[in-house]
Amino acid sequence: MSTSIEQRVGAYIEKQGSLDLLRFITCGSVDDGKSTLIGRLLYEARLVFDDQIASLRNDSKKQGVQGSGIDFALLVDGLIAEREQGITIDVAYRFFNTDRRKFIVADTPGHEQYTRNMVTGASTADVAVILIDATQGVLVQTQRHSFITSLLGIKHVVLAINKMDLVDYSQAVFESIVDVYSEYSRHLEFESIMPIPLSATEGDNVIARSSNTTWYSGPTLLEYLETVEVGKSQLQHSFRFPVQWVNRPNADFRGYSGTVVAGVIETGQQIRVLPSGETAKVEEIILSKNSLDKAIVDQAVTITLDTNIDVSRGDVLVLADTPCEVSDQFEASLVWMNQEPGFIGRSYWLLIGTTRVNASITGIKHKVDINSFEKLSADSMQLNDLGEVTLSLDKAVPFEAYKSCKAMGAFVLIDRYSYATVGAGMIKFALRRAENIHRQALLVDRKARENLNGHGGKILWFTGLSGAGKSTVANALEQALHSRGMRTYILDGDNVRHGLNKDLGFTDADRVENIRRISEVAKLMLDAGLVVITSFISPFRSERDMARALFEAGEFLEIYVNIPLAVAEQRDPKGLYKKARRGELPNFTGIDSGYEAPEAPELELATAELSVDDCVAQILKII
Amino acid sequence: MKSIKQLSHLDSLEADSIHIMREVMAHAENPVMLYSIGKDSAVMLHLAQKAFYPSPPPFPLLHVDTRWKFQAMYKFRDEIAKSLGMDLIVHINPEGIANNINPFDHGSSQHTDVMKTQGLKQALDKYGFDAAFGGARRDEEKSRAKERVFSFRSKAHHWDPKNQRPELWSLYNGYKASGDSIRVFPLSNWTELDIWEYIYREQIPIVPLYFATERPVVERDGLLILVDDDRLQLQKGEKVEIRKVRFRTLGCYPLTGAVESDADDLASIILELLQSRSSERQGRAIDSDSSGSMEKKKQEGYF
Repeated sequence: MSTSIEQRVGAYIEKQGSLDLLRFITCGSVDDGKSTLIGRLLYEARLVFDDQIASLRNDSKKQGVQGSGIDFALLVDGLIAEREQGITIDVAYRFFNTDRRKFIVADTPGHEQYTRNMVTGASTADVAVILIDATQGVLVQTQRHSFITSLLGIKHVVLAINKMDLVDYSQAVFESIVDVYSEYSRHLEFESIMPIPLSATEGDNVIARSSNTTWYSGPTLLEYLETVEVGKSQLQHSFRFPVQWVNRPNADFRGYSGTVVAGVIETGQQIRVLPSGETAKVEEIILSKNSLDKAIVDQAVTITLDTNIDVSRGDVLVLADTPCEVSDQFEASLVWMNQEPGFIGRSYWLLIGTTRVNASITGIKHKVDINSFEKLSADSMQLNDLGEVTLSLDKAVPFEAYKSCKAMGAFVLIDRYSYATVGAGMIKFALRRAENIHRQALLVDRKARENLNGHGGKILWFTGLSGAGKSTVANALEQALHSRGMRTYILDGDNVRHGLNKDLGFTDADRVENIRRISEVAKLMLDAGLVVITSFISPFRSERDMARALFEAGEFLEIYVNIPLAVAEQRDPKGLYKKARRGELPNFTGIDSGYEAPEAPELELATAELSVDDCVAQILKII
Repeated sequence: MKSIKQLSHLDSLEADSIHIMREVMAHAENPVMLYSIGKDSAVMLHLAQKAFYPSPPPFPLLHVDTRWKFQAMYKFRDEIAKSLGMDLIVHINPEGIANNINPFDHGSSQHTDVMKTQGLKQALDKYGFDAAFGGARRDEEKSRAKERVFSFRSKAHHWDPKNQRPELWSLYNGYKASGDSIRVFPLSNWTELDIWEYIYREQIPIVPLYFATERPVVERDGLLILVDDDRLQLQKGEKVEIRKVRFRTLGCYPLTGAVESDADDLASIILELLQSRSSERQGRAIDSDSSGSMEKKKQEGYF
C-alpha cells in the first residue's frame, strides 16, 4: 500500500476515534412508521448493503405492506413473529455512523402491552425521536411515550411529524400539531423539543432537505442528530465508582475493578468507601498495562489504594469530601415489568449499581393512568404499571436521586424464585423515617420472660389447603402443650380476619398483606415468650419465606399439612369447596387460586393417612 | 474540568465490554469463553485480558471444532493459546466423527447443526459451564439485533425470543435457576467497522486469511472456495484458479466464500470496508438457507 493511502487511512481512523456516540430511541404509535423511518435513514446513509437490499426486495414482495415498493420496516423487524404480524415487539438495536458521529438506535415497540420494552430502550438513550402521524396528530400513545421518555430522564426530544406527504406538506397542519404538543409537554421535564416535518416513505427532511417544505428552515433529522449536544453533566458530577470485582492475582496486588459512573478521579486523591465510610488515597489507576493519571466517567479501570481497608463488590468509592447519601428507605418511581403482580410487603432482590439487597415495597402512593395521567390508588403493581412507591431495604446502600445521577439512582427488582426482572425503578429521595424512629429499649426483655415461663418461644407455622386439618391439629397440639404448662397462642383465620385484618379480602395483594401482618403479630408474641401456632392456608412460598426471615434460625418451624386436593374437597368440612365450585367464592385456594407447596418444611404431615394424635406426637418430637 | 473530553466511541465500547465481562464474574460459577479463532474472538479475548489485568482472565477458552476449519486457523489457535498461557478446550462432536459428518455429503445445514450446535451443547454440558461468552454482534443479523447481552438458555439450551428479560441501564440480572445457563455477548454493540478500527488501534493479532494474497480457489455456487486441503473434490467443470483473495469472515472452509481483494494490511481492509457494498455475512452459506433461519438456529441452541 502506498504511503498516501496509509496516511489517509491513518488520518481517517484518528478522526473516527475522536467521534462521540449518540444513542437514541424512536417511539410512536403503531402505524406511525418508526421502523420505516430507521430503514430510510440507514438506506439513504448508504448503510444498507447490496445483499441486504436484495433480500429486502424479496421479503417486501412476500410480507411487505408497502405495495410494490421496498418496505423499509422489514430491515429492522427481525423476529419471525414481528415480520408476520407487521409490528415491532422487542427493542431492536441498529448502528450507523456518519463523518460526524456514531449512532446506536433503539427501535422500540409502540403497543401499550410492550411498554416495558420501550422503557428498556429508553434507559440508555440520550435523545428520543417521537413520531407523530401528521394525519392523526397527537394521540394518547404519543403522550404515553413522551411521559416515559421524560420519566427515564431523556432531556432532548425530536418531534418527528411524519407522513407530511399525506397532508400536502401543509405548514398549518404542522404548526397546529406543534402547538398541541407544546401545551401538553409543559409539565414534562425536557430541555429541548425539535419539531421536524418529514416523510419516511418519501424521504423528505430525513437526510436531504425537502423542496416540499420550503416554509421549514430548521435542520433535517440527520443534521439534528449529528449536532445535538447531550450529557456533558456527568463529567462535572462528583466522582462515583461502584466496585465490581476485587482483583487479587497474588498477595502483592489488591485492586478494585469497576466503571466510573460519574466524575473524574486522579491518583493521589483521597477517597471514601461507602457505606463503611473508611478513607484511603488512590495509589494507581490501571487500564490493562497502562497506568493512568486520571479516569473519567464511563471508563472501566482498576484502582489501587495506599492502605489496606475493607472493600468488596457493591461498595461505592467516592471522593472523600463529596460523598453521597446512604439510606435503606426510599421513595421511587417504579415500572412493573412482569405478569406476576408486585405486592406491598413481598420481598424482592433489588439490584443497584453493583450491589444486591433484599427490598420490599412498603407502600404504593399512586399509580399513574398512563393515558390520562390521573393518579390512581392501588394495592398492587400490574404489568406495565407506572407508579410512585416507597421501598424498604434490609441494608443501607449508597445512592443518589436518579435525576442527578442515573447510575446511582437506577435499580431493578428481581423475583427471588423465578429470577425474572420484575420491576425497574428510579430513586427520587430517601425517607428519613429510618433515622427518626428509635426503638424503645425495654428493661424486661424476652430472655427474662422466657425464664419466668420456663420455656423458650417458638413459631409453629402451619400451611396447607383449606380442609387439610390445620385447625384440628393446631387445637390438639395447643391442648397438649397447655397440659405441659407451656404458654401458647393460636393465630387463625377466625380471630385475625374478624379483627386485625377485617379490612382485607382474598385477592393476591390482600393475601400477601394478611400474612405480613400475621407474621409481625407472631413476632411480638414470640417476644412475649409464647409458643405461637399459626394456622392459615398461607398459599405463597414467598410470604412464608418473608415470615421466616423475621426470625432467628430454629425459632420458626414450617409445618406442611399435606392433603391431596381431592380428599380435602371430599371432606369439605365448611362446605367451602362446593361454594367455590359454584363460583360463589372467587380466589379460593386450590380452585381458582394457586397453592405453592413448601420446598423444605421442617415437618410434613400427611393428614389423609395420620390420626390427629400421631400428628401431635410428631410435632412434639421436633419442638 | 471543562477541558476533559468525553470518552471516544471506541473507548466507550471497550469500557462497556469490560463492564459486562466483570459482571459475569459476579453471577457465574463456571464461565467459559467461546473462541472461534476469528476477528471477533480476537477482540473479545483482547478485552478479557484488559478487563482482569493483572489477573489472567478467570476462565478457559473453548473451541467447538468441526474438523473443517482452515488449516491457518488451527495453527493460529494453538499459537495464541500457548502465548497467552490460557487453558484451551477443544471439543469435536464424537457422533459427528463416527458418522463422518461433513459439509460436502451432508450439506451446510446438517453439518452446522451436528458439528456446531450439537457440539456446543455437548461441550457446555460436559464441563458444566453456566456462562459462555460469545463474540456475536447485533449488527450481524436481524435476530441478533434483538438479543439481550445476557441471553438465557433453558437446560435444553433453548432460546425464547419472546420472553427475554428486560435489560435496563448497565444493570445485568444474571441470576438463573440451577441448570439454566447464560450466553453473554460483550460485543453486542460493536459493528464490523468498530472491530477493524479497534484491531488497528490495539494491533491485535489475527489469522492471516483476513489479508489478501494469491490463493488457490474454485468457484462453487457463487462462492469462491479455498482449496485448503485434499478433502475438496473438484466437481465436473470446476477448475482451481490462483486469485488474490481474502476472507471477511472465517468459518468452515467449504462453507466460507473468499472475496477478491487487494487489501493486504489492516489499513487497506478498513478502506475496503468503507467502500464495500455487501455485508460480511454474504459469504456465509448457512444464513441464507431460509428467511429467519438464524432465529430458528438460535432457538435450537446455536450461538
